[in-house]
Amino acid sequence: MTDVTHLLGLLTILVLAIFVGFEVISKVPTTLHTPLMSATNAIHGIVVAGAIVATVSLFNTGANSLGVTILAIAAVTLGAINVFGGFAVTERMLQMFRRREGGK
Amino acid sequence: MTVAAPLLDLVAIALFILGLHFLNAPPTARFGNRLAAFGMFIALVVVLIQTLGVAWWAIAIGIIIGGTIGIFAAIRVKMTAMPQMVALYNGAGGGAAALISCVEYVVFLRGGGATMDPVVSVSLVLSMIIGSVSFAGSIIAFLKLQELMTGRPVTYPGQQFVNAIVALAIAALGIWFVASGGTLAVWGFVLLLVAALALGVMFVLPIGGADMPVVISLLNSFTGLAVAIAGFEINSELLVICGALVGASGTILTVAMSKAMNRSLANVLFSAFGSAGGGEPAAAGSGGPQNVRSVSADDVAVMLAYASKVMFVPGYGMAVAQAQHSVKALADQLEKRGVKVLYAIHPVAGRMPGHMNVLLAEANVPYEQLLDLDAANAELPTTDVALVIGANDVTNPAARNVASSPIYGMPIIDVDKAGNVIVLKRSMRSGFAGIDNPLYELPNTAMLFGDAKASVDALTAAVKAL
Repeated sequence: MTDVTHLLGLLTILVLAIFVGFEVISKVPTTLHTPLMSATNAIHGIVVAGAIVATVSLFNTGANSLGVTILAIAAVTLGAINVFGGFAVTERMLQMFRRREGGK
Repeated sequence: MTVAAPLLDLVAIALFILGLHFLNAPPTARFGNRLAAFGMFIALVVVLIQTLGVAWWAIAIGIIIGGTIGIFAAIRVKMTAMPQMVALYNGAGGGAAALISCVEYVVFLRGGGATMDPVVSVSLVLSMIIGSVSFAGSIIAFLKLQELMTGRPVTYPGQQFVNAIVALAIAALGIWFVASGGTLAVWGFVLLLVAALALGVMFVLPIGGADMPVVISLLNSFTGLAVAIAGFEINSELLVICGALVGASGTILTVAMSKAMNRSLANVLFSAFGSAGGGEPAAAGSGGPQNVRSVSADDVAVMLAYASKVMFVPGYGMAVAQAQHSVKALADQLEKRGVKVLYAIHPVAGRMPGHMNVLLAEANVPYEQLLDLDAANAELPTTDVALVIGANDVTNPAARNVASSPIYGMPIIDVDKAGNVIVLKRSMRSGFAGIDNPLYELPNTAMLFGDAKASVDALTAAVKAL
């Protein structure tokens, strides 16, 4: 399913994304490094999309024995923990960061 | 849907990058997080619509269980426990990437294809190895941070040798898997998985609790890498880009943390720094009892109350004593009297990057008062009193001027440049690095012994009574 042009396309995207990541994230101040980390936890939760795709191809090939289905469900579960937990805990932390006027 | 799906994915990607961009300042950070969450919502709706119907119940079970656990944990977790929480999230991402590889491997086996496309086999095996190392390593990091196992480095003779053998075995099995076009016997694949998990456990075991900021950042970048490679495996630009963003973030933080400790990454990973009965570091600090000056809370209260600028220097000891709210109460009393209060935050003051800032933000300290290393050091020469609370090595002037010191060259908070230094300390026990701190013997330094929280509360009461 992958020819060389397509592979090169993905590699190009990978390298450019790494540069964008370095550029954007190096501007995040140390104060926000913990929320940054939990936010990136949530973003790598996109792995849940990969888990869904893998689960679907498992069922489409009819290879869905009980054991492997449990592995697939576990993959979706772990990804979903990242997505929901990551964004929620980042939100919770960021709402604590207040200016002087805002504090009581 | 053929054109709409990639376009919507592109929108999601743009929202992720914009979201990370808005994390560059506290006032816009919440907006950034919500943008990224909205991007994730779009991306997930797209993938769910595309796969609608097939195995819907399995996907629903996973999302419901995972979502419930994630949100429940996010609401319940204490801010002091944030490092172990993030360790678990890193592990979850790595574990998911590894499991995707396992599922795709089974799909290939049952699919009846002759040999695996080399791009797929390479990415499958790499994302499984890196994901498993990240998963198992994160679990150990979690156990250490949660104090379910010792935070001290766990070492045994020949440890590096054993790790090297396991790493070589993984490399050999991985190459074999790719060379065989994915037709390696099932036991070989399982052995590869077990070896990768074992390596994850063994590489975190010898790393001490205080080095966790580096380890968590590194595992974060591993997980990003595993997700990016999983993107090659299932041919998804979305996973490649998100993985790359996270990998870049984890790498930046790893480098920042290593720099803050003035140690190379290799040194953090392989030296078991601060081990029990430690060799060199302990030997360096054998000067016997130091000559220090002890003061009472009342004396310190007078000094603080009549100062014009006070700098708090919190360390992990403050967090352990749960003293952050007491510190804020003391700051409020001082500000009421017109004293300018600032906080100097060393990059490795907590157990993960930026941890101390979150702990103080939780105690309602406005973020404008939280100074990073450079900003704090610029303020210290004009500071009247520096109050060191549960921090030790990050204030040790030996890092600046004693070339033989194990921490020589580490960037420190120059509290010795302040007019007066008050060190809140339980006892004269040496810090994590096991070395004496000459700061305590300086003429402008005085020690206030006792539990950090009790001492700060005593100071608050004394300032109030003035």
